[in-house]
Amino acid sequence: MNISRRQILVLLPAAAIAWKSVLAGTPEDSPNYKMSEHWWGMLIDIPKCIGCGNCVRACQTENDVPNGLFRTWVERYHVTDEDMISPQVISPDGGKEGFPVVAEDAGKYFFVPKLCNHCADSPCTQVCPVGATFVSPDGVVLVDQSYCLGCAYCVQACPYGCRYIHPEKKVADKCTLCYHRITKGLTTACCESCPTGARQLVDLKNPADPIHEFLKTHSVQVLKPQMATGAKAYYNGLDGSVR
Amino acid sequence: MNGVEGFMYPNEVGLQWSVLIVLYPFITGLVAGAFILASLERVFRVEAVKPTYRLALLTALAFLLVAPLPLQLHLGHPERSPEMYFTPHSTSAMAMFGYVYLWYLMAVLVLEIWLDYRRDIVLMYQKAHGPLRLIYGLMTLGSTNISERSLAIDDRVGWIVTLIGIPSAFMLHGYVGFIFGSIKANPWWSSPLMPVVFIFSAMVSGIAAVLLLYMALTKLRHHTIDMRCVDSIAMYLFYIFIVDFSLEMLDLIHRIYEADESFRSLNFMVHTQLYFSHIVVQIFLGTLTPLVLLFLTQVINFPEVVRKRMYGIAGTLALIGIFAMRWNVVIGGQLFSKSFLGYTTYKMALVTREGLLMAIALTLLPFIFLSILLKLLPPWGEQPTHTHKAAAAD
Repeated sequence: MNISRRQILVLLPAAAIAWKSVLAGTPEDSPNYKMSEHWWGMLIDIPKCIGCGNCVRACQTENDVPNGLFRTWVERYHVTDEDMISPQVISPDGGKEGFPVVAEDAGKYFFVPKLCNHCADSPCTQVCPVGATFVSPDGVVLVDQSYCLGCAYCVQACPYGCRYIHPEKKVADKCTLCYHRITKGLTTACCESCPTGARQLVDLKNPADPIHEFLKTHSVQVLKPQMATGAKAYYNGLDGSVR
Repeated sequence: MNGVEGFMYPNEVGLQWSVLIVLYPFITGLVAGAFILASLERVFRVEAVKPTYRLALLTALAFLLVAPLPLQLHLGHPERSPEMYFTPHSTSAMAMFGYVYLWYLMAVLVLEIWLDYRRDIVLMYQKAHGPLRLIYGLMTLGSTNISERSLAIDDRVGWIVTLIGIPSAFMLHGYVGFIFGSIKANPWWSSPLMPVVFIFSAMVSGIAAVLLLYMALTKLRHHTIDMRCVDSIAMYLFYIFIVDFSLEMLDLIHRIYEADESFRSLNFMVHTQLYFSHIVVQIFLGTLTPLVLLFLTQVINFPEVVRKRMYGIAGTLALIGIFAMRWNVVIGGQLFSKSFLGYTTYKMALVTREGLLMAIALTLLPFIFLSILLKLLPPWGEQPTHTHKAAAAD
């Protein structure tokens, strides 16, 4: 096979980009990661979400999430003008394969991605009888699955329905904010796969993080603020009907 | 999705706590209630209920021995449960279970039974032969002195243990109520009244259980039922039941009047999925009917045979009602979505670890324990007279 110099000049940059992607998939260890220098959360920009389900699929692949259970999922709300209390909500298979075409035109439709809110005052960690679930110093709610009893008290205590008992491991399981990735300088699988940037990993302790500017200039809300959980999943454009 | 009406968060569709977690508060309630009945005689000197004193203690022990089993069977990793003793999480209500349970079992119930039966155990040890002699020998714990002075000390210490036992019984069951009442994420559970309701319903169920057991066992032994005793128990059952019902109604009325964001969802659930178990079984069949029956026995002087039947029916219905209450709390609290937008259904399995057959086995097991205890430590016959001399001396 003869490759001309012209072809090499075209292929080399492509190969460089491909190699960079390979490197991105197998990052080096981050021995210099300091938990005390981070305070992780997530920004969810509702107007940007198109309900494609990429994030759900990416999460399930990345974290080997059992079928029928979800570390993250997407809900589609349909709110008619006068009825804020009873929105029509669907999330077929967690929104993994997207959503059916809208049949009715009345009212408004929007998508709400959900995940563990990584609450600073998390009710789930409060109730764990052995402390198997905890808030890490960098603000991520994690489960030590080698220690969890599988009593499901934490599942009951989560106001957002973000936890489940892993059917095979018989322990509590939930979103780890892709801890194995973010401690190596990567973003989460859901954020990386989002085509519109509706989900963004944020580090509240990093002064250079654009989240600070965003929070200053946008009306941002957390889910169920009355629960006073210190939720760190910040929603931009959150409608009052969202539960 | 199958069994779902409206919208549930996707992880909420399957219930986390099964019928076994319904059994757990039911069983601990019987323990606490039976103990409170026993304490009526011991501490509050209600002499009329004396024939049930020892039976109540043994009933409490038989049920307490079974109490941790539904929890163990429910855990994903039961082998890790000792961690609750070794590394309890200080902010967790559930972490207290091991300590409350052990305290109640060893420091209160077993100790009180041992002190009360010590004289009998020593006498049976002296009379027995073969393996029974060995068993009774072990049960004496080497303490075979049954002199007057020694028995007086037993009596005094027993009185103190009972005195400590009353708040302990309240703690044992109030704590179970707190486990549910402290979950702010769940409006069906979250209520400061929950521990109090649990304590009073525990007393109702425990007293009803001992009443029924006393009547059934006396009949089986072809003895005469002490009507003064069952009349007194029925009277206490009636008054405690009124307090229990009032508290539950207070909770209900408060919810209806406040009608917060969860009300529409919970109201719908009570009128549909929980209608039979809550309205029909718990309130009408299990509470109002026995209350009316007990009320009638208080105001009308029925013949003995009628009273006995009324007590039997009222006691049985009360037990059914309290079981329904536990069911409605535990299962009802998981049937609605925390989004308040939908409902799921509970499908009880049959032969699984948390299925119906296991629940039936766990319900029968305390009766097997009780029959062994009744054989080993017969509560009838000659009973030591608690003269309360030691207590009264001060």
